[in-house]
Amino acid sequence: MKHIDIPVDEKTIRGLGVGDEVALHGVIVLARDAAHKLMIEKRPDFIRPHLTGGVIYHCGPIMLEKKGVWSVVSAGPTTSIREEPYEGTVIAEYGVRAVIGKGGMGPKTLAALKQQGAVYLHAVGGAAVYLAGFVRSVPGVYMLDELGIPEAFWLFEVDGFPAIVTMDARGRSLHVKVDRASSRAFDALIGK
Amino acid sequence: MRKILQETFLEMIRRAATDLPPDVEGAIRRASKAEERGSTAAGALGILLENVAMARAESRPMCQDTGTNTWWIHHPVDVTAGTVKAAVLWATRRAVRLGYLRPNAVDSVTGENSGDNTGVGQPVIHLEQRARAGMAVDVLLKGGGCENVSGQAALPDFSIGAGRDLDGVRKAVLKIVDFAQGRGCAPGVIGVCVGGDRVTGYELAKQQLLRPLTDRSPDRVLARLERTLLKESNELEIGPMGFGGKTTILAVKAVKAHRLPASFFVTVSYSCWSLRRAHVRIARGKPTFSDTSFLLKAGGR
Ligand code: SF4
Repeated sequence: MKHIDIPVDEKTIRGLGVGDEVALHGVIVLARDAAHKLMIEKRPDFIRPHLTGGVIYHCGPIMLEKKGVWSVVSAGPTTSIREEPYEGTVIAEYGVRAVIGKGGMGPKTLAALKQQGAVYLHAVGGAAVYLAGFVRSVPGVYMLDELGIPEAFWLFEVDGFPAIVTMDARGRSLHVKVDRASSRAFDALIGK
Repeated sequence: MRKILQETFLEMIRRAATDLPPDVEGAIRRASKAEERGSTAAGALGILLENVAMARAESRPMCQDTGTNTWWIHHPVDVTAGTVKAAVLWATRRAVRLGYLRPNAVDSVTGENSGDNTGVGQPVIHLEQRARAGMAVDVLLKGGGCENVSGQAALPDFSIGAGRDLDGVRKAVLKIVDFAQGRGCAPGVIGVCVGGDRVTGYELAKQQLLRPLTDRSPDRVLARLERTLLKESNELEIGPMGFGGKTTILAVKAVKAHRLPASFFVTVSYSCWSLRRAHVRIARGKPTFSDTSFLLKAGGR
């Protein structure tokens, strides 16, 4: 398990490889579909300080508010591939160093990871209570009224949040590897 | 009656969202032992089991995406459809406030979240009146990630040499499983409908997810198809979360429906590992909860 403090520098990220397990410490930014669309169309500055050397988490959490304080009920990753059209540009625009999600991403993002020095981290899909256990506090939220709970930019302060590098800054992707192998198995099964 | 329905439906949502049925948990436990020790696949399955235990103990939703809520409700003549629907809506809204459900209903044109998980077509409620007294109810919570990788093929599909026969069905299903990779939070459970039209295909395929993972189709041909598809899906070695590994699919549940001579649809409803369902029977004003459906007979409709 590699300990990563956020914000993180390029050198540390370029030192990571597919298969490495990491534990994240610091503040991460939740952003999913509507947030990505917004970051591309409006390039908002409010999120910039949190994303420079920072980490995006593809997640639409369940949150509860008591007396003005938000707490996390469940917060696992959502499918990342939906952000494929946006992510490469978001990484370059904001200087993002890692993206956490599930299911992996495509060639455009893989190229951006290599060029900018960033990694894709896979969290275990559906393990939402387990993962919420690594959130220490919720230091802020942006666009809650406009986007609603699942789509808002939540800030989570995490302590040891676990994930696995499945796409690294050297252009390697576990998802490409597994997909190729399963395609070969599929061809054999259908007699191709 | 209204109060009983409201409280019972709320408890069904709570159970479904926060606890995994024993047959599903058992399948994941067996899978975690089958994977190579120390592998990423085994690690992921271990985390899933830990997550389930935590969610159950703390009564918190196992997964933050509490999905589309689909209800199948058989009600007696003296309880009107309106009463039943109102109770489902009440329970849904209450469950959101209690943190059992995420507000998951988004206006598809304006993008606005309704805030209480209800909206046009949400939740989905299938009602059927029955002559007998008492009620039987199933609910399924199915997340978006796995709904997105569900699929329907129209046979023949020449690209994979799939004709209009059972072998064609086999190939079409494998293609959908292969395409899904880990994106539906594998290991998954698949409901398969052979035939029907585009609508009934999806409806029946999804309904198969209510069956216990341990049963098999009473139809010998379909039972064989279930076995073959389970074995061959796992030969794709997509593995938990798409990390690679032995367990891609935990169970296959197949059903058939009549089709038009001109159409041959094959439909796969893909459920993530987080197969969340709850079942109840209400007799003389008293609910009885169960791990298995009172509505869906073993092996089908
Ligand atoms: S596919 Fe299932 S387990 Fe995965 S995020 Fe969606 S609801 Fe949760």
